[in-house]
Amino acid sequence: MIRATNVSKFYGGKRALGPVSFEINPGETVGFLGLNGAGKTTALRILACDLRPSNGTVEVGGVDAVADPHEVRKRIGFLPENPPLYTDMTVIDYLKFAGELRGMTATQVKKRMSEVLEVTDLTDVSGDFIGTLSHGYRQRVGVAQAIIHQPKFLILDEPTRGLDPVQIVEMRNLIHDLKQNHTVLISSHILTEISQTCDRLLVLGKGELLGKGTESELASHKGEIRAITVTLRGADKAAMKTVLAAIDGVTKVAEPYEQGGGLSFSLSTNKDCRAEVSRAIVEAKLDLLKLDYSRSELENTFIRLVGGADASN
Amino acid sequence: MRATSIIFRRELGSYLRSPIGWVIIAVLLLVDGIMFQVFAMRGEQLSAQVLERYFNFSSYFAGAAGVLLSFRLIAEERQNHSMVLLSTSPVRDTEIILGKFLAALTFLGLFLVLSLYMPLLIKVNGKITGAQILVGYLGLFLLGATTLAIGLFASALTRYQLIALLVAAAIAVVLSNVYQLATRLDSPVRDVLEQVDLWWVRFQGGFQRGILNLKDVVFYLATIYFFLLLAVKTLESKRWQ
Repeated sequence: MIRATNVSKFYGGKRALGPVSFEINPGETVGFLGLNGAGKTTALRILACDLRPSNGTVEVGGVDAVADPHEVRKRIGFLPENPPLYTDMTVIDYLKFAGELRGMTATQVKKRMSEVLEVTDLTDVSGDFIGTLSHGYRQRVGVAQAIIHQPKFLILDEPTRGLDPVQIVEMRNLIHDLKQNHTVLISSHILTEISQTCDRLLVLGKGELLGKGTESELASHKGEIRAITVTLRGADKAAMKTVLAAIDGVTKVAEPYEQGGGLSFSLSTNKDCRAEVSRAIVEAKLDLLKLDYSRSELENTFIRLVGGADASN
Repeated sequence: MRATSIIFRRELGSYLRSPIGWVIIAVLLLVDGIMFQVFAMRGEQLSAQVLERYFNFSSYFAGAAGVLLSFRLIAEERQNHSMVLLSTSPVRDTEIILGKFLAALTFLGLFLVLSLYMPLLIKVNGKITGAQILVGYLGLFLLGATTLAIGLFASALTRYQLIALLVAAAIAVVLSNVYQLATRLDSPVRDVLEQVDLWWVRFQGGFQRGILNLKDVVFYLATIYFFLLLAVKTLESKRWQ
């Protein structure tokens, strides 16, 4: 378990983080969400024992990170925003170096190497110099160095930064694989990335912890308006609207517009009523072409939380 | 010390792979050789005087090599973000500094070994002893190691390599000439400054002439330790900043 208690960090007289307190349980994948400058990187660097907090305590697996950072570093794999690479080394030499630095013997590194290369899909370029690799591959090498010593905790700071869409999907799949064996902390300001990979979120804004919980917990704000968009096939616009308006939880049905060979209705709801909407549509014998529980749910939550912080500052 | 050995091997490999280290050595050896031809080999002289003159200008190159081989060691890692790998691994700052220092020192030793042909030429054609050469080279090695420690400290101060180079050069030049300043001052300041001089008193008055004073060796070792300790403390302090 990672436990941070009243952790704060000042750069000179300027507060970059905290005081913040949170816990991360074994096996969880937790996302640090926040705008640029929110304190995500500072928080992760403190957890990785790269920085010391100005105040507060951090415990990783029961070990005090301030009193015994040496021991904590053995348990953590860290991929910073810019992967810490030596461009004059080959991938395999670099990973050997990283493994040995983390206390592995040459034999242990050799045994682990093929597994790491396979997980990170680096086998084909293992003999290449890092300086010749594309950005996506370099990011993978960064992940490989973080997991070579099989740490319990994996900290990834903006792992998809600068990647193209294909590389983002590949990285997301890689993170998904890593979740099986590690407690993972990911920071990002990209909402979809966080929502697709994390079990729980910690929302940071201007150094403060603005919210924590699962996506739905964060979104379940009293009176929160959620949006569902349904696309139906049919000609009787009024009848469709009546069916939708009668559903429990639907507070408003907007005027439909044509989309994808049907009519799209935007529904404002005061609870998650996807099941009721789909059931009502089927029972009314309408053809459902698409149902979209607004992807902006997290976005709305994020804007609400961060907007609140901005307003208060 | 296992981590020191791992870092040492990586750093030495980096020196051997990259052209920068070889270019530094080649240029210094070239200029050293030209100086040897122009200044040491002119006219008829006693071989001991030729050797002394050789060690005199070679000390500039040993000092310069120390600074040039070390100013990048930490600053470049910070600039390239690779320092994070070291700072988040279970490695002590002392081990990082020692590993890098020993790698650069080995490369400096290589530079000195490659310059050995010059005093050997004097020995073949004149009457000097192997001990004179050995003492002179010990002096060059200690002087180079000292400027190397200074360079490493300067490198730990900043992420900008140029600033690290300028700071290291400034410290090395000032400490090498502090004796000149001391002669213009009164006691006790003069006495103190004389004792911290890096070149005039220790090298020119001792090693260069084939005189081995234990106190000079201890002085250089203490100065190396001092600057390496400063480098370690600088790395530690960066974690708090």
